[in-house]
Amino acid sequence: MNLTEEQIERYSRHIILQGVGGEGQEKILNAKVLIIGTGGLGAPAALYLAAAGVGTIGLIDGDTVDLSNLQRQVIHFTPDLDKPKVQSAKEKIAQINPDVNVNAMQDLFRADNALDIIKDYDFIIDGTDNFPAKFLINDACVMGKKPFSHGGILRFDGQTMTYVPGTASYRCVFDSPPPPNAVPTCSQAGVFGAIAGMLGTIQAAEALKFFINKGELLTNRLLIFDALTMKFRTVNVKPRPDRLNIEKLVDFDQAACDLKQS
Amino acid sequence: MKLTINGEAAEFEEASFSVSELLKRKDVKMPDMVSVEYNGDMLDRENFDSTMVKDGDQLEFLYFMGGGQ
Repeated sequence: MNLTEEQIERYSRHIILQGVGGEGQEKILNAKVLIIGTGGLGAPAALYLAAAGVGTIGLIDGDTVDLSNLQRQVIHFTPDLDKPKVQSAKEKIAQINPDVNVNAMQDLFRADNALDIIKDYDFIIDGTDNFPAKFLINDACVMGKKPFSHGGILRFDGQTMTYVPGTASYRCVFDSPPPPNAVPTCSQAGVFGAIAGMLGTIQAAEALKFFINKGELLTNRLLIFDALTMKFRTVNVKPRPDRLNIEKLVDFDQAACDLKQS
Repeated sequence: MKLTINGEAAEFEEASFSVSELLKRKDVKMPDMVSVEYNGDMLDRENFDSTMVKDGDQLEFLYFMGGGQ
């Protein structure tokens, strides 16, 4: 693959960057990333991955843009109200970078479509807002042997970890979804808008690092931050074989979350 | 005993007590919603009562965060 003159100009800050270079940029241009959820985490992740030139970005989200989303879901603008989120995001990506091929799926990520959807992608970003989806993404990626970035935010806090086959998964830290309504969701407890950007861009950086194969991914580590104190910590976690043996995908109790508020 | 909890020092008069007791002392409101890593290994929930912490132990309380949209 040869970069065009326009691409050399567009990606020049990557190309001159030791660790990326023309070779790394070409890997990014060939990359296929699936972003599940086009909200607080998915929005910034999609913007940065599109700007970076990720060749194919898959977006799956069943929701439409709501006024309460705009406080943090920076890929959606006021004129997009009531538009499907994946369509709104696809339009912005096309404006940022016409190099990017976008697969927009206005659908929910479910046990019966999960493996079929992820098989076309090299890296998956969890930008969902509920535990059933987070556990399903984990299980599908472990079963399908797909690298993914887990992300969770609440109030002023965020946490993220990266899985690649052989490393600790989300289930190695949290064994099963909490009982419905035991843990407040962002729609119940609130979320500081800027932390969605902080976490979503960390997830985008992890995806790009995976493709350029540089540095150390957040594997076997959970990164936790509190934006109120601006303290970041990483906690080492170990793979647990008993929790990495996923045989079947299930849709957990959807009542656990408040999907329409996402 | 002196413990390290989420990277910070904590001191207790007792020489030892259970992880469940520690969660109570640290005012963890919903212990069902926390994962506990004990000296580098994730602790199964059913062992919170039987696992006794002692001087020098390192614990991490990890909380569910379900948001993202």
